[in-house]
Amino acid sequence: MSSTVLITIISLSLLAFISAVILYFVAQKFKVYEDPRIDEVQAILPAANCGGCGFAGCRNLAEALVKADTFEGLNCPVGGAPVMAEAARILGKTPAVVDPTVAVLLCNGSPDNRERTSHYDGAMECRISNSLYAGNTGCSYGCLGYGDCERSCKFDALHIDPLTLLPVISDEKCVACGACVKACPLHIIELRKKAKKDRKIYVACSNCDKGGPARRACKVACIGCGKCVKVCAFDAITLKDNLAYIDAKKCTFCRKCVVECPTNAILEINFPPRKEKAEVAAENVN
Amino acid sequence: MLKTFPTGGVHPPENKLTAGIPIEYLPVPPNVVIPLSQHIGAPAIPAVNKGDYVKVGQVIGTGKGFVSANIHSSVSGKVNKIDLAPDSGGFKQNAVYIDVEGDEWLDTIDRSKEIKREISLSREEIVKKCLESGIVGLGGATFPSHVKLTVPSGKKCEVLIINGVECEPYLTSDHRLMLEKGEEVLVGVSILMKALNVASAMIGIENNKPDAIARMSELAAGSFKGITVHPLKVKYPQGAEKQLIKALTGREVPSGKLPLDVGAVVHNVGTAFAVYEAVQKNKPLFERVVTVTGKMVSKPGNYMVRTGTPLIRLIEAAGGIPESTGKIINGGPMMGKAVSNTDVPVVKGMSGVILMPAEESVRRVIEPCIRCAKCVSACPLNLEPYLLMTLSEKSMFERAEKERITDCMECGSCSFTCPAGRPLLDYIRLGKSTVIRMARERNLK
Repeated sequence: MSSTVLITIISLSLLAFISAVILYFVAQKFKVYEDPRIDEVQAILPAANCGGCGFAGCRNLAEALVKADTFEGLNCPVGGAPVMAEAARILGKTPAVVDPTVAVLLCNGSPDNRERTSHYDGAMECRISNSLYAGNTGCSYGCLGYGDCERSCKFDALHIDPLTLLPVISDEKCVACGACVKACPLHIIELRKKAKKDRKIYVACSNCDKGGPARRACKVACIGCGKCVKVCAFDAITLKDNLAYIDAKKCTFCRKCVVECPTNAILEINFPPRKEKAEVAAENVN
Repeated sequence: MLKTFPTGGVHPPENKLTAGIPIEYLPVPPNVVIPLSQHIGAPAIPAVNKGDYVKVGQVIGTGKGFVSANIHSSVSGKVNKIDLAPDSGGFKQNAVYIDVEGDEWLDTIDRSKEIKREISLSREEIVKKCLESGIVGLGGATFPSHVKLTVPSGKKCEVLIINGVECEPYLTSDHRLMLEKGEEVLVGVSILMKALNVASAMIGIENNKPDAIARMSELAAGSFKGITVHPLKVKYPQGAEKQLIKALTGREVPSGKLPLDVGAVVHNVGTAFAVYEAVQKNKPLFERVVTVTGKMVSKPGNYMVRTGTPLIRLIEAAGGIPESTGKIINGGPMMGKAVSNTDVPVVKGMSGVILMPAEESVRRVIEPCIRCAKCVSACPLNLEPYLLMTLSEKSMFERAEKERITDCMECGSCSFTCPAGRPLLDYIRLGKSTVIRMARERNLK
């Protein structure tokens, strides 16, 4: 009985020893050198693996950063400038300056603004609805509201408002990873340059139809009248396919276009309330 | 034992309510909107300008490229404008708006009732005539017919198959056409046989139309050499090209191949009738038979309608929209799509309009897949619908491509048969279109 136990222990120990020796030599022979800086850089990245940088995950970005000669075109939108500066310090390079951006929905077609013309009862996904027909309103460009963007967001930054049926994006939580931009089958979410105090001025419409049909489908549609283009002193607004677009890089937030827009398609967000004209006049008198 | 295709298929309730109602000519509407894209392929280019006076049968849009078709005016009158108009899905397409004045036909069109049986045109002339007359497949796919009649070198057509199956429930337009215009259809078949240089044609008709089978057999046996009529067992989707070839000839079109690869060409009876009218009567394709039906419709029927007629006119002719209507479907209940408004024009590919009562048109509650594999047994193409749906849902399109998602013909047998009410076809369609787009982008590189 005891001899059986002894033989077992000895033979297994022998086997383990031989295997260990083989493994040691194999490991030496097939050793792959990996830059230790990859681990270092990866450690400072946010580990969200969101794909916002264009790579499959944080480690892939770390590898790319270590390999790259300059940081041009490489950016972690989640970590932003501090993380990129830290990575640059580790690797002894200069970080590229990238403006932080935030996701913005280019549509304001709530049920109040945009009448529902049909009832959709298929699978509740925007991409399915969009593959079946032009949507349940007269506008075939606007938000469908079934929440493909909400499901794509890994940062809890985007939710469909039950009243307006439009996604509401939290400026604080949005890291501009671009997942919602890719998920939206209508391509109506844009990553816009972030401004001071999260201020935004943009055309909240994507309708490329002519003025009449666009306005009939939605009260706050851009009708392509071009008034905003004329009033803008900074060449920030362009008109294409009956749709105005405000370049966030050129916009100076003067807010002149907002007043000019006949359909209130241009939204101003996070600005202090405007003074009434009478008040302004009174101030001037004083 | 009646012939049918061996794999998959379902048998939905037939509901052929209008089978006994003769074709009625719908009056010309006061204005029409004729879309310039009524076919698969490139949209036609407008050939008229605003303010022009057009006659019935005049070309108003010329086909662009090989896979495209001419568009003809279905009315006489003044061109009001050329502008975008929503199609039945709500997407905007270029269309010609015409205000109707009288009903003046082109002089070249032979409007006599007499049936002309002598085929005087040569093979090339027949194909050219089909091209000029804007003939497209009237079974629903609207594929330009001249393309199917042009056999590429190296391939040979051995048998012409005529599709008189009409496997979709409710629809009876082809059925009525065979009963009332049987002889014209058979002359059309002879023309197609001449164009394809084949000696035999097989007409497949499902067994639920015994009168049409009897009528066509009698006519064919009388004086049409080479044309045979074959009764088929009722099974959906027998009207699909590949399924019909398999049912009639036993030949199987391999995945990714065309019917011509097994020596067959399939045309619909409606197309055969249109070819007859184009070749023998010089009349281009600008009207077609549309079944307007539904359980609650007061006056369902089969109507000969000019293209461009607003859908609502057709529905009014059938007694208006019943109050209980939940959905108006363009096409059959299996493959058709709900229309988003009733002003959409009748187009070449519209074989029926069904006004579905609300309680019948609701979608079922989506429940989890119970792995019963009913969809697998129902799929006529040996695909695995549950898998394709999951792959599309999870955006795993490369894998979906390997699982042959592009073979799917969107017959909807899987969704029909699913006991858990899963929207299989919706997801498969999404996956299919994505995979096709991915493949196109890959080819461009």
